[in-house]
Amino acid sequence: MKIIIMGCGRVGAQLANSLDAEGHDVTILDTDAYSFDRFLSTEFRGTALLGSGMDEEMLRKAEIEKADAFIAVAHGDNRNVMACQMAKHIFRVPKVICRIYDPQRRDTYILLGIDAVSPTTLVAQMLREKLGA
Amino acid sequence: MYIIVIGGGQLGYHLTRALLAESHEVLLIENDAKTSQKLIDELGSVAVRGDGCEASVLAKAGTSRADMLVAVTGDDADNLVACQVAKHKFAVPRTIARVRNPRNEALFRKLGVDVTVSSTNLILEHIEHEMPSHPLMHLMVMHDRGLEIVEVTIPAGSASIGRKIKDLALPAETMLSLIVHLGQKPVIPGPDTIISADDQVIAIAPANAEESLRSVLTGS
Repeated sequence: MKIIIMGCGRVGAQLANSLDAEGHDVTILDTDAYSFDRFLSTEFRGTALLGSGMDEEMLRKAEIEKADAFIAVAHGDNRNVMACQMAKHIFRVPKVICRIYDPQRRDTYILLGIDAVSPTTLVAQMLREKLGA
Repeated sequence: MYIIVIGGGQLGYHLTRALLAESHEVLLIENDAKTSQKLIDELGSVAVRGDGCEASVLAKAGTSRADMLVAVTGDDADNLVACQVAKHKFAVPRTIARVRNPRNEALFRKLGVDVTVSSTNLILEHIEHEMPSHPLMHLMVMHDRGLEIVEVTIPAGSASIGRKIKDLALPAETMLSLIVHLGQKPVIPGPDTIISADDQVIAIAPANAEESLRSVLTGS
């Protein structure tokens, strides 16, 4: 699969490293070059692109027209939401997944057809389960 | 009208004051602690602190009875999301977004924002107008009609000079609606009006006809 990941933080990089190790064609975008050095594995063979996932030109450079999936895990819910809508509505990427911390905002965008995950809800649930109360 | 303004920078602040002066009911929402405190000190209950993209903040603001929401923060993504949440969660009839990157205008409208205002384009237009080499300026864009009102200054040496309007191969559905000859009163041109150098022509044209209008009027 050709997969584009927006945001090379801990989550984005871990995802990129594992998908790349499994043989997928991975392109990862970030606006800070340091994050590539900091988080990407030395064995990462995919493409790291310096730029914003909300920029059409940058997305074209990442060959988004050929992508099977786009995943937005950058800092900031609204950036992720905007980039995912570009991927879905301009470039018609078949699978678009968005991280949205704010659970209410996540619900709104699910209604608008964006496949969104809220770590806030997931982590809170996991903590509850660990607590066992 | 009840109007909610998101973003209390220069633009949001002056917009709020202008709307208040027109007797509208206005609520200004600003996320930054310091900025919002200044606004609250000056405007009282018209200003509140909060993230204008958050549903709970908008619910508290009574967004479902708002007639309009205007998002004028300095961040395009924030403005887009504020408008989309207002539109889809609170059914606000009219949403207006400020757009900094002009390329985002088409995207925002496609995603349901009713009106986009590109602050960058507006400033660019004004600066370009002062450049002697720039003969065409947008005065107004009517997005919902697909039309533009433009001003064209006829440079010396243009092939259109000395010709009657009816003899120009103007693009379809384009209308020259006003001509200001240098140093004279404006005239409403007819088919026999002759174009002169330095004329300012106000024209209404379909958005896709801009280039051919420019070349007919100003080409050499």
